[in-house]
Amino acid sequence: MAGFEIAGRTFGSRLIIGTGGFRNLETVRTAVEASGAEVATVAMRRVDPSARGSLLEVLTDCGCFVLPNTAGCFTARDAVTTAKLAREALETDWVKLEVIGDDRTLLPDASELLEAAETLVAHGFTVLPYTNDDPVLAQRLEDAGCAAVMPLGSPIGSGMGILNAYNLRLIVEQSRVPVILDAGIGTASDAALAMESGADGVLLASAISRAQDPAAMAAAMRKAVEAGFEARSAGRIPRRLYAQASSPEEGVAELSG
Amino acid sequence: MPAVTLNGEERRLPDGATVADAVRASGIEGEARGVAVAVDGEVLPRGEWRATALDEGRRVEVLHAVQGGC
Repeated sequence: MAGFEIAGRTFGSRLIIGTGGFRNLETVRTAVEASGAEVATVAMRRVDPSARGSLLEVLTDCGCFVLPNTAGCFTARDAVTTAKLAREALETDWVKLEVIGDDRTLLPDASELLEAAETLVAHGFTVLPYTNDDPVLAQRLEDAGCAAVMPLGSPIGSGMGILNAYNLRLIVEQSRVPVILDAGIGTASDAALAMESGADGVLLASAISRAQDPAAMAAAMRKAVEAGFEARSAGRIPRRLYAQASSPEEGVAELSG
Repeated sequence: MPAVTLNGEERRLPDGATVADAVRASGIEGEARGVAVAVDGEVLPRGEWRATALDEGRRVEVLHAVQGGC
């Protein structure tokens, strides 16, 4: 599978893994390895003196680029401060920007998201925004200087897959930056569909971390993303209303009468 | 002994305590890699921790990376 580039950085795998929801660090490690992901997201939270092990060590051992997010932020101001804290802690100016507008659906707050994106781009960040599946907002985020756009398939952790395939196609068609389907993936076919629809990558966590066997699901997602990408590149046949025979219509024997 | 709010809990730190002391009090040992600090909602760069004294009532957040995302 051909790699892809975000903001001048090349990644071999088009699957990005979120580390949320895994039972423990060992499960993170086995799943990340099985997924083949080269980018993994983390959240910034208060230090817990009782916590054991180092997530950063596990991800570094797996060869992952660590992408901090601003999960839990409901305002542009908090998201900007969280991104700055992540830059200080992790020495990266990359950020997965999340600004949530509703705690039941965890849907993004469009106006706060755009404001935060503009501010962070102005401060030199490489901004990867988690956005609604809205082509107009995606365009605004790209115009603001975001390095990618990451539309949701459906709400975070819902496993409902891609609810608006039409919007996703519009976003793919218009975008000059990478499009990464982020959130809502439930199973392998959802990830394959995202790639077949023309997404450059898929970001998921819950579908793997909350699966009964996370490492096995991680391996399935790796194959699904590859299969979807290759099918897209191969060029699918058009949909038809009626059959089109695949065996020759000439030379059929007369066997009755 | 100034009382500060450290990661949401009221704590008394010794007179003259700095942000570096607060980071240790939060449970971080050694060089504190992967850690960032906000004082009263503003990021304080690592290079300023030792030189920044904590007055009464300051709000200190000591954060690090945890599992998260989607």
